[in-house]
Amino acid sequence: MMLTIYINGTGCISPQETAAGGPLLANLREYEQVKLATVDPDYKQWIDVKQIRRMSRVVKMGVGAANLSLQAAGITQPDAIVTGTAYGCLDDTGVFLTKMVNQQEEMLTPTAFIQSTHNTVGGQIALLLGCNGYNNTFVHRGFSFENALLDTVMMLREGSAQNILVGGLDELTPHSYQILSRFGLYKKEPVKTMELLKSPTRGTIAGEGAAFFTLGTQPEQHTVAELTGISTLYKPMWEGEVIGHIMKFLEDNNCTPNDIDLLVTGRNGDIDQDDIYEEVVEALFPEHPEASFKHLCGEYPTAAGFGMWLANSILADQAVPDVAMFYGKAPRSIKKILLYNHHQGTHHSLILLSHVE
Amino acid sequence: MSEKVWIAGGGVISGIGLNLRECLQAFREMKPGMGAMKYLSSVHRNTFPVAEVKADNDMLADMAGLPENISRTALLSLIAAREAWQSSGLDDISRYRVGLVSGNTVGGMDKTEDFFAEYLADNRKGRLHQVMHHECGSITEIVADALGIRHHVSTISTACSSGANALMYGYRLIRNNIVDVVIAGGTDALTRFTLNGFNTLMILDQQPCRPFDETRTGLNLGEGAGYVVLVSDSLAAQLQPWCRLSGFANANDAYHQTASSPDGTGNYLAMKGALDMSGLQPQQIGYINLHGTGTGNNDVSEGIAINRIFAPHFPAMSSTKSFTGHTLGASGGIEAVLSAVSVKEGIIYPNARFEHQMKELPFTPATAWSEGNDLRHVMSNSFGFGGNCSSLVFSSF
Repeated sequence: MMLTIYINGTGCISPQETAAGGPLLANLREYEQVKLATVDPDYKQWIDVKQIRRMSRVVKMGVGAANLSLQAAGITQPDAIVTGTAYGCLDDTGVFLTKMVNQQEEMLTPTAFIQSTHNTVGGQIALLLGCNGYNNTFVHRGFSFENALLDTVMMLREGSAQNILVGGLDELTPHSYQILSRFGLYKKEPVKTMELLKSPTRGTIAGEGAAFFTLGTQPEQHTVAELTGISTLYKPMWEGEVIGHIMKFLEDNNCTPNDIDLLVTGRNGDIDQDDIYEEVVEALFPEHPEASFKHLCGEYPTAAGFGMWLANSILADQAVPDVAMFYGKAPRSIKKILLYNHHQGTHHSLILLSHVE
Repeated sequence: MSEKVWIAGGGVISGIGLNLRECLQAFREMKPGMGAMKYLSSVHRNTFPVAEVKADNDMLADMAGLPENISRTALLSLIAAREAWQSSGLDDISRYRVGLVSGNTVGGMDKTEDFFAEYLADNRKGRLHQVMHHECGSITEIVADALGIRHHVSTISTACSSGANALMYGYRLIRNNIVDVVIAGGTDALTRFTLNGFNTLMILDQQPCRPFDETRTGLNLGEGAGYVVLVSDSLAAQLQPWCRLSGFANANDAYHQTASSPDGTGNYLAMKGALDMSGLQPQQIGYINLHGTGTGNNDVSEGIAINRIFAPHFPAMSSTKSFTGHTLGASGGIEAVLSAVSVKEGIIYPNARFEHQMKELPFTPATAWSEGNDLRHVMSNSFGFGGNCSSLVFSSF
């Protein structure tokens, strides 16, 4: 008998006002630009002012989202902390690299280097919580968050932890935006938030954010969702392989496409990249209502974290905000949500959430 | 479900050899790998000795069968991962569900730092192929793609414990029936970024490092890659596994971003947790492959934690970093391979240049190579920045 894994608390810092609480996406932040930045909460509620000044944005958003998630779960000390970040601490990496080049490797100071390591966020959360438990950081591109989630699920199932804090986050910096733009990832012209997913051109918009979850083997009073399944698919040869993988995933979790009440997809407005969502929908979910999220948070390798946060919030409300709806009408009762995301066509992931009555 | 997880093989490339056999020979002959920088270009060339892999990128690319403009981190990784696979006795990789779990700390930084000089002068300049594989995960994918691994790919970056954590995650992937085989370990090439970073922390020794010696003043950086092949029970039954991964633990020191707590809390929790998982008493451990970087801080914290667990029956111990230098993300992988061989062949590795006992500790490391010892259980320690502490235990059958 598989243990049930509950989502007991979530925290999200994103280009939307997700850290503030209140009705889901009620105050939509609309943008007309090619890169989105997080709407920052007041970090002083969790971090000492002196420390805030030394922390890069990604560390702050990680600590913030982690705290929001623990608070929501009513837990002060998790048994383990698992972090997923594809890019790690880009800002501090850029600072140290720039000084190293400009100063010809002389007269450098340690702060940026110390904070440049990919496990800085996980380490800082542990430090601030005084958490001596298991601590791991996954840094695998579009699977960083998913692998962190899988590690968490495996540990909860083996019983080595009861409550685990797990999250995915990435920051966008001027350097990373500049370089990724040169790879042709983003739109050439600004696009309006609510028009992105219908955009007829190549490229998407850059985003960033942090989403953390407190997962446990026992539900709390307010728990609305269980994490039923998680799976990744690396470099599928063709769309048929994706469709087959989704079918197998649903089967492994004892359901069929008919059991899925809402599909949440990682459409990002790039006509080339959104093609596969069309294929999957047509093959498996032709009449299913579909919600999307990357027009709200932008594209980044751990954006599935935002998607999972949104799916959990939808299960809590039993309603989908209009701004997230992509196709059809959400059913009156939402029991199962399948999140299907891919990053750059190479990293596909599936996350299945079920409503807890 | 597989009850146990076995080590079916291993591969290493490091400053003391281009494969496992050469590395073992270097220990046997007491030939450490540190010396003047030859392949890394840095203004600190004549200041800090490093343990470089003794081959330029052209030669490594030839060995790996990859283009020579690929990050050195990926070249090292593929060479060691392929050696590991070949040593396992598993033949055609496409016959199995295989995962690659690899640790590294700076991904393709060796190329990014070259790119940055041109880019900073004009942000439209710099050759993009140099940053194509900047991400840590990209390095793992070059190797997975070259070996034909598709079922699971993952990259872990917990500083100096990355490689050790890769083994833990690999163990869980097998136990959870997600794959049947995992190539797990780590890789890192020397870069100016890390060299200068460690220099700002003032923990680089200008002489060959002296781990667990009273006169130690810091570490030497090294580079390389090391991977073990983890297999399930059913596969192990068809092979001749070296030993099994019987226990592990990962704990966080939660003390400081870069320094270890004076009493080695995280180190203690990692070692204790690994012993508990393997169901062993401390006196059953025959050899500890120490983290042993040679910094004042690490060795005293690690030593105090060892004293707390093992006193008065200390196993043989040594820091193989006295030969390979500190290979950061690779070290947990390289030392896992060395520890697995240690169980298989009863090897106790020498700790080079040890002369003076540390005043805080009642024990000293082994200084001579010996083999054929009766070692049933061997522990490998990996501790790192961010408070990340991991210990692994390898056991004979």
